[in-house]
Amino acid sequence: MQKYLEKATSFFEIPIDMRSRLLILLAAAMLLPSFFTPMWKMTLYSNQFPDGLLLNIYSYKLEGGKTPNQDDLKEINSLNHYIGMRPLLNDDFTEFKWIPFVFGGTILLALRVVVLGKMSKLVDLFTMFSYFGVFSLWSFYHKMYIYGHELDPTAAIKVPPFTPPMFGHQTMANFEVYTYPSTASFFIAVMPLILLLAMWLSRKTWLNEH
Amino acid sequence: MKYRLTLLMIAVFLTAIFVGCGGDKKGRGGARSDVQEAAQKTYVAPGDLDEYYFFASGGHSGQVYIYGVPSMRHLSTIPVFAPYAATGYGFDKESKAMLGGYTWGDVHHPALSETDGDYDGRWLFVNDNANNRIARIDLRDFKTKQILGPIANISGNHGSTFVTENSEYLLSASRFSIPLPKGRYEKIEDYATKYNGVVSAVKIDSKTGNMSVGWQILMPPFNYDLGDAGKGPSNGWAFWTCYNSERAIGKLEVTSTQKDRDYIAAVNWKKVEEALAAGKAKMVDGVKMLDPKTAEGIVFLLPIAKSPHGVDVSPDGKYIVGSGKLQSITTVFNIEKIKMAVEKKDFTGNEDGIPVLNYDAVKDAEINVGLGPLHTQFDDKGYAYTSLFVESAVAKWKLGTWEVVDKVPVAYNIGHLCAAEGDTKSPDGKYLVALNKLSHGRHLSVGPSQPEASQLIDISGEKMSVLYDAFTEPEPHNAQMIKADKLHPIEVYPKEENKDPKAIWDVKDAKVVRNGKNVEVYMVLVRSSFEPNKIEVNKGDKVTIHMTNIEQTTDELHGLGILEYNINVVVDPGETKTIEFTADKQGVYAYYCTNFCSALHQEMQGYMLVK
Repeated sequence: MQKYLEKATSFFEIPIDMRSRLLILLAAAMLLPSFFTPMWKMTLYSNQFPDGLLLNIYSYKLEGGKTPNQDDLKEINSLNHYIGMRPLLNDDFTEFKWIPFVFGGTILLALRVVVLGKMSKLVDLFTMFSYFGVFSLWSFYHKMYIYGHELDPTAAIKVPPFTPPMFGHQTMANFEVYTYPSTASFFIAVMPLILLLAMWLSRKTWLNEH
Repeated sequence: MKYRLTLLMIAVFLTAIFVGCGGDKKGRGGARSDVQEAAQKTYVAPGDLDEYYFFASGGHSGQVYIYGVPSMRHLSTIPVFAPYAATGYGFDKESKAMLGGYTWGDVHHPALSETDGDYDGRWLFVNDNANNRIARIDLRDFKTKQILGPIANISGNHGSTFVTENSEYLLSASRFSIPLPKGRYEKIEDYATKYNGVVSAVKIDSKTGNMSVGWQILMPPFNYDLGDAGKGPSNGWAFWTCYNSERAIGKLEVTSTQKDRDYIAAVNWKKVEEALAAGKAKMVDGVKMLDPKTAEGIVFLLPIAKSPHGVDVSPDGKYIVGSGKLQSITTVFNIEKIKMAVEKKDFTGNEDGIPVLNYDAVKDAEINVGLGPLHTQFDDKGYAYTSLFVESAVAKWKLGTWEVVDKVPVAYNIGHLCAAEGDTKSPDGKYLVALNKLSHGRHLSVGPSQPEASQLIDISGEKMSVLYDAFTEPEPHNAQMIKADKLHPIEVYPKEENKDPKAIWDVKDAKVVRNGKNVEVYMVLVRSSFEPNKIEVNKGDKVTIHMTNIEQTTDELHGLGILEYNINVVVDPGETKTIEFTADKQGVYAYYCTNFCSALHQEMQGYMLVK
């Protein structure tokens, strides 16, 4: 046990080599798309909407597909009101206020690791971001659950409470709904992998030197 | 000539008998075509779109009807000069004001706006033969945006609305000469001396499309019939046919057909602009009027065989093609020869100071096309297509060689004809629609009030072939056919563009404001409710309702109908409309959504309570 802890402690003391520092910079850059591309994408198809109604979820806003002839977010809200779902309004999502802030903070922390160059700091970064990632996913799921469950009891059309899908396809009334992560999420998913790679490479360098 | 006329008269007589005996159901010899091929060429599968828009004038219905080509399906109706309950046109404040109290108009000749002699897809202009008006339809939203008129000094605006090469002007003219300015009485016996015709141009603002009367020319008391604007080498010229150069009154059928020749009036509008700049115009009823006696070189008369009807300029702008209903020839004039004759002053007479050009010097050809030629359209291969009213046929002939190469019978008595972009500098060929006056026996009988017939003709090959019979709303005179990809209509009015100060966008802002006897209602229409859904007023109150349809989705229209109050409005997505009325009937009156909107459309209702 003692030996293991010592080994662990010494692991935390490993300096981060140059190559890994560059990788951490790259990992931080993976968060940048979240400031301008969507994290999640929901598409609703039906007979009347063969091209689908599109909902893009960014880290900081909701945005419906918009053509000169259709505002998808407005249309989704118009349709949802029949089942008593509350309208999807940007102001109702506190996430949009703190998520970009956390991304910003994470980037700063990553820069801190690059400068300080210590494995412990890198592990902090990895752990915090992983926790944040899992929490965000839960938060998103919870939001979906709330929207699908807290339906106005006076709604014109009564439907059993439901949770819209987070991944994949679901049939909801006359709509075929497809939900998938979008651009920003793919980058974000790569980010911790790069961090792990940086850890492994630095450890390898250290082992070679000792 | 005499012999030919006799023949013609017999033909007219026989046609009359034939038309009169329309009851013979077996006798619909009309046009037949290879059925399978025709079906394939006109079939537009469910969900597929047509290739061309076809804008047909609605005659005395006052409206414009849109069809798709080649399917010939009626797509929509654009209300213009008459109220149209289906879209609430003429019920709300704005459209009511635009109609100016008139409940009908007579749409004859739609004209698409042009840039460099080609359709630019911006506006469609239509004339009102009855009340001397011209309307502009914006092709961005397919709505009537402006009605100009009744235009001063114009009486019977038939020779309208042909546009110039870059839509600088559209044409307007008096079909029925009257004493000018309007409102003056002169004995009908003094027709020849105290009555006048007018040919005119309406100026089009190149940015907004806004129309205003540009200028007018005081003309002898003939009947100015149809027109066309020049293009290419004839750009700067405008042409109108005229009948009754006899200046006759009474039974014109006889009195106006005595002389062997009538005229085409050729106006040099570049010279008109010079004369205006030189201050030669007088103001008549608020409009700049030029008198050819004092403004030389602005107008000339081309003699043409009697009672001409259509005049059409060829795509290259070189030829001016005139046809008369009482002859079997179509006359082709050459713009270069006209210019030459004008320069050389090769005149053979004059009418009230307007020089008559030497016929032999300006004409290029007389083509024996058939009986009762009226109008001519063009294709992309150098052919012209002339409608033959008396003969019930279309003649195809070659520009330059002047030989008639094909003829196809139509059912029956064709008036105008409309080829795909057939009056532009670059016609498409392909399709031609015959706009026929009579249709009896070609459709299930619908009683004495018979529809008109529009027949789609394939003109892509050497031989013309009739593809399809469509039955159009009364009464298609002329039409315009434009390639579908030239139009890009919106289907929702963007919220940002709604500048109506009375618009509201949130149900929370819906309210009823009382100010003395004036009650103003700010209403939101959205699936599936009116907000407010209750309006309380006192008998005698003046009620104003501002309705905003806050939907931003295509096809989500809402209507407001108030029972027994004769109120019916349809509001498009993103649009605000206002209605005004006096609550002069006591009681409780429901209002409801007239335009089906959603599963809970029936529930979209409210009450107006009048105390």
